[in-house]
Amino acid sequence: MGKIAIIIRREYLSRVRKKSFLILTLVGPILFAILAIAPSAIMLLPDEERIILVLDQPNLMDQNKGSDEVQFQYANPDKYTVDKIKEMVRTDEKFYAALFVPSGESWDPDFISKNITFFSRGDVNVQVQSFVSSFLQKQITNEKLRVMGVDPELISGAKTNVSIRNIDVSKEEESETSAGPKMAVGFLSGFLIYFFIFIYGSMVMRSVIEEKTNRIVEVIISSVKPFQLLMGKIAGVALVGITQFAIWVVLTSGIVFAVSAIFLGNMVDPESLIAGQNLGGDDEISAAVITGLDYLGMINFPLIISCFLFYFIGGYLLYGSFMAAVGSAVDSETDAQQFVLPVSIPLILSIIVLMRIMTNPDSTLITVLSMVPLTSPIIMMARLPFGVPIPELLLSMALLIGAILLSVWIAGKIYRTGILMYGKKPTFKELYKWLFFRE
Amino acid sequence: MLAIDCKGVQKRYGDKTVLQDIDLSVERGKIFGLLGPNGAGKTTLIRIINQITGPDKGEVYFFGEKLRRAHISRVGYLPEERGLYRKMKVGEQALYLAQLKGMKSAEAKKKLKYWFEKFDIINWWDKEVESLSKGMAQKVQFIVTVLHEPDLLIFDEPFSGFDPVNANLIRDEILEINQKGTTILFSTHRMESVEELCESIALIHESKVLVQSPLRALKDSYRDHSWEVEWTGEVLPSAFPEGVVLKSINERGDSRNLLFTVASDTLLPELISTMLKSGTVYGMREKLPTLQEIFIERVTEKKV
Repeated sequence: MGKIAIIIRREYLSRVRKKSFLILTLVGPILFAILAIAPSAIMLLPDEERIILVLDQPNLMDQNKGSDEVQFQYANPDKYTVDKIKEMVRTDEKFYAALFVPSGESWDPDFISKNITFFSRGDVNVQVQSFVSSFLQKQITNEKLRVMGVDPELISGAKTNVSIRNIDVSKEEESETSAGPKMAVGFLSGFLIYFFIFIYGSMVMRSVIEEKTNRIVEVIISSVKPFQLLMGKIAGVALVGITQFAIWVVLTSGIVFAVSAIFLGNMVDPESLIAGQNLGGDDEISAAVITGLDYLGMINFPLIISCFLFYFIGGYLLYGSFMAAVGSAVDSETDAQQFVLPVSIPLILSIIVLMRIMTNPDSTLITVLSMVPLTSPIIMMARLPFGVPIPELLLSMALLIGAILLSVWIAGKIYRTGILMYGKKPTFKELYKWLFFRE
Repeated sequence: MLAIDCKGVQKRYGDKTVLQDIDLSVERGKIFGLLGPNGAGKTTLIRIINQITGPDKGEVYFFGEKLRRAHISRVGYLPEERGLYRKMKVGEQALYLAQLKGMKSAEAKKKLKYWFEKFDIINWWDKEVESLSKGMAQKVQFIVTVLHEPDLLIFDEPFSGFDPVNANLIRDEILEINQKGTTILFSTHRMESVEELCESIALIHESKVLVQSPLRALKDSYRDHSWEVEWTGEVLPSAFPEGVVLKSINERGDSRNLLFTVASDTLLPELISTMLKSGTVYGMREKLPTLQEIFIERVTEKKV
């Protein structure tokens, strides 16, 4: 076994065997699965029935029974007073709340709409509140229209929903496009790369600091070159990241499918689970999401997955080597902050810009940032689902590879000097000087 | 044959010269002391021999060959800053370090077991390093330094941080390994700690070799025929042989240390019999300056 292989093996095994790795690797998918399943599961759960006692003096609600979840029970306005229904809500658990719609003196709809009151024990559920208020809003609007002599049917007949089809004519074959799923794929992959770089970049840094403070580093570099140790470490940690990521993907999808099969049975097919998160219960929206799923087929997944791996590893190598250099230059993690900040600014910038890509993927700023190696791993991934000309993609990749070579070279120089320096926190000027020390 | 031969070695860090024209030769099979105060450049020189860093100028020969990467497995190095991974199991870690030195796993394991038994730490093989006492950790560090049976062993500040029992144990092991033909290089600023072990020494001061010599010859050059006699008795002899002068008397508890200078060593038997007539003689030795004293003298000499 080569010496780098021995180092990679140790770096890998020592992390993978840790309890914290095991826990995070197992707990992660459960959390992800909950995030994926929860919204649709919650929607499918039968809601509690809530009975609202209504004192509707102007008879605005037409004795409407409400919905399955929110049922209206009417108190006769001739027999009941506000105080009486208040008392009933206070004493009778059967009623969730009491709703008071006053008639006022003139039965003026504007007066009524301002004076509707809920009486309840504690807070009123937001869903209930919004259901009731939108129901009343509709009733009052219709009432006003009638007063003005307009038939409400006329108005609802005139309402129009506009849906625009997007046709991409850039390719020979015209195809229908949709930005939604592309946004989701772009955002998710950009964000995952950001996450990976941060977690595993700082893992490399901590590991370098640990070796330095443990004082084991000099023992090791009397057997291997500092550069070998650095590379072995970066590669070992990368493998840990890839392992964790792979387990997450497999376990998360496993759990999501298993849980949805068991609990949700035939009610939903797993595919619409993803869509479920966006469902508002509104048929129009869900129809849109289902077409959205069809559009997913239009994204070039083989390209995206291979680019994801490339930028995933490339971004990590670029930042990981910087973080290793930072770790070698300091004696403790607290000292590292000063150097970590400038290194992480481009990453944070990328995440801020990521939001803008979603609305405007073709802007010049974003095109430039998807070329600049420090931001390209995140920005290019987010752009990719929207379609990126191949020459641009290749240029971005070439620049990233060049930047990795440069950063590894710089990191190697700083590292081999830094690991043997104790005590004083170096300045940037000193770090620069270290680049030119002879080996 | 020379184990190490440095010719005109020079090293600078930025505008700071750490080593300047270092010529140094260590004979094969000997115990050599590289001595000097902190910051003199000892550690840098050792790192050059270890190929942790390289010289800006000059050359280093290792057993007659120009120093190259392959030699690394023939050197064992216990640095001044020595440590272990705290969260790793003891045996696993020792095996890892041995493999990095180029040993095969099976062979390394066999030898490690032997050493662990010898040092009575075999029960800690599967424990985490954290659980070791400092003395045990030092034993582990020593074992992984010598395990691959290198031709040259380098110890930087070997006895600092060792408790007396372990320091003795380690010293005896080093001497035994030396008996088998391994060249030993000690580097320390605590000159008295290796004085009795070294056959040759080099004094390094401010990036330069101040003096390099076999220890005996160096000390002999400082001979001034002073002898110290440890003696008890009621009354000092009234007269000493001709050519013997009493320089000073040091009371030490019940006994007294008398310092004489003699015109010639042939007068010594006569001196002893004189002393014996009036008391008991416990010991007699030539008073030579310690390395520390020689070093200080050389340093001040230079300045003058």
